Amino acid sequence: MKALQVEHSLARFAAARIASGWKAGAGGRVGPLRLVDADPPALPGPGWQRLSPRLSGICGSDLATVDGRSSRWFEPLVSFPFVPGHEVVADTADGRRAVVEPVLGCEARGIDPPCASCAAGRRRQCTNLTGGHLAPGLQTGYCRDTGGGWSHSFVAHESQLHFVPEGMPDEAAVLVEPAACAVHAALSAPACGAGPGDEPVAVVIGAGTLGLCVVAALARWREDVTRVIAVAKYPHQRELATKLGATSVASPSEVRRAVRRATGSWMLDNGQLSGGAPLVIDCAGTADSLAAALAVALPGGYLVLTGMPGQTNTDLTPLWQREVHLVGSYTYGPEPAVGGRHSFDLAFELAEAARLERLVSATYPLERSAEAVEHAASAGRRGAVKVAFDMRGEPRRLSYLQAPGLPGGGSGEVLGESPERLPASGEAG
Amino acid sequence: MPRPGFVLEVDRSTPPALIWHGEGFRLERLPAERSRIVYAPEPLAPLPDPDAAIRAALLNPLGDRPPLPELLRPGMRLTIAFDDLSLPLPPMRRPDNRQRVIEAVLDLAADAGVDDVVLIAALGLHRRMTEAELRHALGDRVYDAFAPSGKLLQHDAEDPKGLVMLGKTDLGEDVEVNRRVAESDLLVYVNINLVAMDGGHKSTSTGLMSYKSVRHHHNVRTLQHSRSLMDRPHSELHSSAWRIGRLLNQHVKVFQIETTLNNDAFGSQLAFLQKREWEWGLRDRASFMAASRGVELLSPRARRSLFQSVLAPHQMTSVHAGEVEVVHEATIANLHRQQVVDVEGQSDVVIFGLPHVGPYNVGSIMNPLLVMCLGLGYFFNMYIGKPLVRPGGVVILSHPTPWAFHPVHHPSYIDFFEEVLASTTDPAEIEKTYEERFATDDWYRHLYRTSYAYHGVHPFYMWYWGAHALEHASSTVIVGGNRRAVRRMGFRPASTLADALEMAEDQVGRDPTITYFRCPPLMLARVE
Ligand SMILES: [Zn+2]
Ligand SMILES: [Zn+2]
Repeated sequence: MKALQVEHSLARFAAARIASGWKAGAGGRVGPLRLVDADPPALPGPGWQRLSPRLSGICGSDLATVDGRSSRWFEPLVSFPFVPGHEVVADTADGRRAVVEPVLGCEARGIDPPCASCAAGRRRQCTNLTGGHLAPGLQTGYCRDTGGGWSHSFVAHESQLHFVPEGMPDEAAVLVEPAACAVHAALSAPACGAGPGDEPVAVVIGAGTLGLCVVAALARWREDVTRVIAVAKYPHQRELATKLGATSVASPSEVRRAVRRATGSWMLDNGQLSGGAPLVIDCAGTADSLAAALAVALPGGYLVLTGMPGQTNTDLTPLWQREVHLVGSYTYGPEPAVGGRHSFDLAFELAEAARLERLVSATYPLERSAEAVEHAASAGRRGAVKVAFDMRGEPRRLSYLQAPGLPGGGSGEVLGESPERLPASGEAG
Repeated sequence: MPRPGFVLEVDRSTPPALIWHGEGFRLERLPAERSRIVYAPEPLAPLPDPDAAIRAALLNPLGDRPPLPELLRPGMRLTIAFDDLSLPLPPMRRPDNRQRVIEAVLDLAADAGVDDVVLIAALGLHRRMTEAELRHALGDRVYDAFAPSGKLLQHDAEDPKGLVMLGKTDLGEDVEVNRRVAESDLLVYVNINLVAMDGGHKSTSTGLMSYKSVRHHHNVRTLQHSRSLMDRPHSELHSSAWRIGRLLNQHVKVFQIETTLNNDAFGSQLAFLQKREWEWGLRDRASFMAASRGVELLSPRARRSLFQSVLAPHQMTSVHAGEVEVVHEATIANLHRQQVVDVEGQSDVVIFGLPHVGPYNVGSIMNPLLVMCLGLGYFFNMYIGKPLVRPGGVVILSHPTPWAFHPVHHPSYIDFFEEVLASTTDPAEIEKTYEERFATDDWYRHLYRTSYAYHGVHPFYMWYWGAHALEHASSTVIVGGNRRAVRRMGFRPASTLADALEMAEDQVGRDPTITYFRCPPLMLARVE
């Protein structure tokens, strides 16, 4: 089978780091990612199934890997060579469509009894990510034994599968995994204080896939939040953020003033706010975004970090002086704030209600991985949101369209740079 | 004898016209046979002895008011309010009209033994004046006599303890005025009437009242029904200000002193700005070249401070004192004598070259909202009768329109530009959705009261000022402006005047008729 594989080549990682310093996504050409013809991974044990990917997205963490910028933190948590792709909608052997919950916790690893976190349903906090009958790997897409979505075949444990409702386009389904991360982030800080004068304002920094999905999740489930300020750089991001429920959109240079206005606080001489927003969600994970987030967080407020951060250099004085709660938000699980429903369930609901398929801007075949990676790395600038690989042959591409009353789905081609997916007329027969 | 205003029909022999462009100028050839240029009347001769004229006016008041000395007695509370920094433009050379008039009033007050005298800068919702600005307007003698003892105040429209509600007009308009004014035995108001919009009851009902009162005349409805706001009998803005001012006059005795200036706005170095191009001599040509070259070499900041430092040599042409309405009629007659130019009919396109300064950026930056207000609010409204441009016509403005704001003077402007205009440019929608939140914002209130910031609501008034033009014209093109800033306001950017005229043709058809209103010097077009 064909797959895009990451090998453990120090020289290639180094080359990618250098190339990507020049141009983000350039690691796709010189870096550790290669198209190979390999044997499909074996089924590791009972409960495992073989899947054929339909679409698999390119995520920020994938780009960091391809560009050689991943934190060394991950070194013991991955096993080479691996096939990336943890945002994936795939067909099971019995012809059902599923998306994969990629975290490889105790159950997938055949560890019984499971660790306390897994036992409590918080697989994301599993303490056995290197144990059991699988090679190390925190998720599908970083583990030698499972393969990943950027291929024509991989394996997943039945506990990892969430079946796609009939009628949902593949393009929406492929966004369920990032949407589940977004749902979890949106729900991972407690309700905003409703004290007199408290302005329940949430700020979402970053308007890529994650940020846009967080905006949509806040609008849907956080009734305590009355204003959502999205921070976006590009016009199509502004437009989508508004459609998905942002009350207002500010550019990065405008965010402090926007938060000041919305919260009725004052701006001190150095631009610092007297108050701020009780909830700030950083979906970018850069030093700039973290500094921006700290600058607008209310004393005693919550700063949720959901974009993968890596090493950053940030002045933490405001965090200390204002007792801001810094909360990491990673992947998914049961959400106590929504009756214990799983983030994936909520993400399916969100994908449908918010028509998330419109976030898929372009798809590429595996053979054009370098272009795909470059496109994903410059998505914002190029008017795109999500870029994905498309492994569907023509018949499979049309299969979910067989259901009556469905609009046209994807064409399977590179769709140019429009964020709005155009219906592919004439294909739905 | 100064020559009256004049409309030049452009033909092939007409030399290029000078067009203001912020801190600079452009020379443009206008299309022959279908363009005309409106030139201002030449500066009137000033009063030969302004101080004597002031004294005569105070002793021979107009309307139902006795001579000022008869209104002054020991033990009384006398308040002298004066126009703020927004007048005149550019700021005048010393001594300022306000200094002359206030010194004369204070002499009479001293003679009468009045010792409770307070001076108030009638800021309305404008920014507070700095010490240097107050000294410039009042002179050092007045400043030093009043400021140290706390008797020189600046009106604070957000001081809950410093305001008094006098009641409502017949139409339900709140009249909330400065407490010191309300509790005075006599209010002497000292005005400089630069354009026909100023003066009369508008002085007090804008300069000495609160947001609660001002909002009754500063809103989209009144401004869309002020045609023009430079022609009081046809201005809703003024009808409301007059109702409010009359109610104030029932509670407080007001003695109004109004002055006018000639339109000699530029010194000898910039004399060419005042002249008609075909009459430029070698000297004018040379100083135009020197000025343009010199300016080109400067950074935007240096250019700004150079232009902001220019003081105008304009001089007093009239002074009247007494009862507000009668005084104002006399003032307007004098102002018309200086400014009115008769123009026949409307054209498809009107061109305004905007200078470096308007009422709200003295010593500051002409931000995009001020460009809008100066062009569509002020210049567009410099008419009696009908606008210079026909309904559905195109307004062309020339100004660099930088995306730049003075952070101390215009904080709420930045937010208005970033947040409000990003969502809509429709004045009514803006008023409905955003005005109250800005007007009551605690931080803006703090900056207005304690720093040098315009009131939080002020940028809304800039937009409303242009509401009549926005409704009347089909589009606005700005030549040579920052393209993003121009688009943010819903206008169309053009790099050259030729491009702008071509864009205008999309709206008004081929070979449109064009009026270039060559202002400043200030003038008022009476359009038949
Ligand atoms: Zn991911
Ligand atoms: Zn576990």
